[in-house]
Amino acid sequence: MPVRRAAAWSLACLMLAVLFGGLALALRSWFPPVASAHGAAVQTMLNFTLLATGAFFVAGHLVLAWLIARAARSKPETGGPPARAGWLIGLLPALVMALVAEGGVLVLALPVWARYYGPPPKDALQVEVTGRQFFWVVRYPGTDGLFGRTAPTLISTDNALGLDRTDPDASDDVVLLNEMQLPRDRPARLRLRSTDVIHSFWVPELRVKQNLVPGMSVEIWFTPTRAGEYELACNQICGLGHYRMRGVLNVVEPAAFAGWLKEQSPAGS
Amino acid sequence: MSHVEPASFWTRYVFSRDHKVIGLQYYFTAMAMAVFGGLLALLLRLQISWPERQWPWLEKLMPDAMAGGVMKPEFYLAVVTMHGTIMVFFVISFALLGGFGNYLIPLQIGARDMAFPFLNMLSYWLIVPASLLMLGSFLVTGGAAASGWTAYPPLSAVEQAVPGSGLGQTLWILAMALFIASFTMGGLNYVTTILNMRARGLSMFRLPLTVWTLFISGILGLLAFPPLTAAAIMLLFDREAATSFFLPAGLVFGETVLSHQGGSPLLWQHLFWFLGHPEVYILILPALGIAFDVLAPFVRRPVFGYRSTVYALWVIAALSMVVWGHHMYVSGMNPLLGEVFAVGTLAITVPFTIVVVNLLASLWRGRFRFDTPLLFVLGMMSFIGTGGLGGLFLGNAVSDMYLHATYFVVGHFHFMIGWVTLFGVFAGTYYWFPKICGRRLDERLGKVHFWLSFPSVYVVFLTMHFIGFTGMMRHIYDPTQYEFLKPLAGWNQLVTVAAIVLFLAQIVFLVNIAWSVKWGQKLTEADPWGANTLEWTTPTPPPHGNWPGALPEVHCGPYEYGFGEERQPQAEPAPVRAGEALA
Repeated sequence: MPVRRAAAWSLACLMLAVLFGGLALALRSWFPPVASAHGAAVQTMLNFTLLATGAFFVAGHLVLAWLIARAARSKPETGGPPARAGWLIGLLPALVMALVAEGGVLVLALPVWARYYGPPPKDALQVEVTGRQFFWVVRYPGTDGLFGRTAPTLISTDNALGLDRTDPDASDDVVLLNEMQLPRDRPARLRLRSTDVIHSFWVPELRVKQNLVPGMSVEIWFTPTRAGEYELACNQICGLGHYRMRGVLNVVEPAAFAGWLKEQSPAGS
Repeated sequence: MSHVEPASFWTRYVFSRDHKVIGLQYYFTAMAMAVFGGLLALLLRLQISWPERQWPWLEKLMPDAMAGGVMKPEFYLAVVTMHGTIMVFFVISFALLGGFGNYLIPLQIGARDMAFPFLNMLSYWLIVPASLLMLGSFLVTGGAAASGWTAYPPLSAVEQAVPGSGLGQTLWILAMALFIASFTMGGLNYVTTILNMRARGLSMFRLPLTVWTLFISGILGLLAFPPLTAAAIMLLFDREAATSFFLPAGLVFGETVLSHQGGSPLLWQHLFWFLGHPEVYILILPALGIAFDVLAPFVRRPVFGYRSTVYALWVIAALSMVVWGHHMYVSGMNPLLGEVFAVGTLAITVPFTIVVVNLLASLWRGRFRFDTPLLFVLGMMSFIGTGGLGGLFLGNAVSDMYLHATYFVVGHFHFMIGWVTLFGVFAGTYYWFPKICGRRLDERLGKVHFWLSFPSVYVVFLTMHFIGFTGMMRHIYDPTQYEFLKPLAGWNQLVTVAAIVLFLAQIVFLVNIAWSVKWGQKLTEADPWGANTLEWTTPTPPPHGNWPGALPEVHCGPYEYGFGEERQPQAEPAPVRAGEALA
């Protein structure tokens, strides 16, 4: 029947169009370049998954298109009782999926996850980032390597962190708004906090994302590997100004970083 | 159970206890909420795609929210929040579970009505005030809730955190409480009815898969919703009674230090997602069930792997209750939990693959009838594949660390709980409309609906996956604030244009329904599709009590199709053919 043939072929072509459209999108470059040490492993995970899901996507749509196209002909022997031992046909794809999906997690992901959330290297540079509606407060501990005490009751328009200036540890703390510098190739250990709602520290190139939760102090660490200027975005809906909670992260050569840090005036004095 | 025909207008059409009337009430409420939710989506797409632009005609409609022709950021967040809330709970859940669930279950199991008709009526009349509260919350001071459909505290708990966290968020909580109460009543009804009121001969493994999936979803709902109820009450207390379930010490807004202490924002997330994850399976399972039910008569073949599908669905349901933490990989929870949840989450791919393969294999050697119900099932199968594969990125903690709360997630869930489910609703509507009113929906309009919708879904939501690869965040009122998002402007505009086409295609569907109820092609036979399940053996439309005489007796499974036009309806005594086992 011409109607059936037209319907079958047009639907099969539609599925092929989906296949090619998906491939066209996937072959384009979307990811920003990796700028951190562990980021390479994260990108490997993403690439592996893209390859595997891409293969399933292509295979699945080829099968679907073929099954539909077959329907263009209507032979008398179509129909009939279900195949015996049919469950085997489902078993093979399920096993492949298990290997790819679960295997990907167990083999590729868990070691990366364990390392990323494991203890930071001893020589890591300490930085604190506090999220507030709607800006980032970045703090360096200064030469004593100690963060001064903060208290919410001390927060005011000229004391974004609530820094206790009477605390001797606070005297050399450097506090900046919406800007951060890190030295290249040195591990940075971030202490993430929030004074109001949940925010999220997100720098795509670094492959680093972590929520900042009021009442908690969450630590992450990473090693920036490429010098450059990166944007820091808030990645968790946090109110009116969520869309403009933007910071700038500069990754510079270690000597330049040391010079820059010396130039900053301490907030504790 | 009373078989007395309801007499007055009010008991027949308004406060009806008849499952069919209640099902239609749910369905049409869902359609109305869907139009509203869809318009909200278009509003936010316009804002994302052309952030600097003024819209004078929108200002006329909403002079406060669109003052100066520009959307206010607080309104944007309210739109995003309410779009999600309305679509998940007040559209998909209403249409699939409330609508199809109520209409079909008694008919497909050979019962006169649900086990608890009064409770059923109550369940619908709870969602009416719930819906009105949600819609009305836009009109109160501060506007509708603006903390996302997930309502994370402290943003949702502290009134000063965002304007929507005033009265708007309280109304949201109350509406959700009513919704959950309604859903619980429905779940009790479905589970009890399916267990206790099946026709003679209808064993569980002779049930149509629509009924199986509604049964499993019902159980999931009963188990999963209570923690959200508890969480909602706790949130209400934190907001109104100065408790600190979710609020730690030292919160500062403006220069005020709040007096709460000892609470944890993460507690809300655990409680919310304990429901939130099973919820997405509650939504998608019935769509899968409808797909199988439509597939069998439209390809004239028994469903492939009926038993393995049922077992796989149970495994999916069980696993779905212990993987909620994959929504919380970067939440600050103990990273060890991340490892545990990742292993569990990726395990779901196995039974899910079995179900998908069974759907595909059901097409093998079929004699296809390319009418609209089948088109939507085939489209759904494509969506399940594409959308489901995105789950591999998000279930894995390491790739999710990059993709969490980006547009990748938005693309993924819109495929799965948006368009797989909606295509299930459409397939079911085109398929059962003749049963409901004795007329067929217009085939040409139906094909226009399909051919406009299917490609548009891909353009809108597959593109979003890749926009997410670039790192675009969710809930962003103005992407041009970020240099790295500027190259995506063209893609976002393309998505918006396709979204407008997608919305208009649904208007075609609604027009088709409105027109066909009155002027649709009348049925010439009781069973236009040649299906075997019990609902096709009642008069059309089914009267109160469904079968005028005795209830049917079941002799075989729901998908007995042979060669040519051969088939074995469930209610007919079956001569057993040599060498062939009954389902």
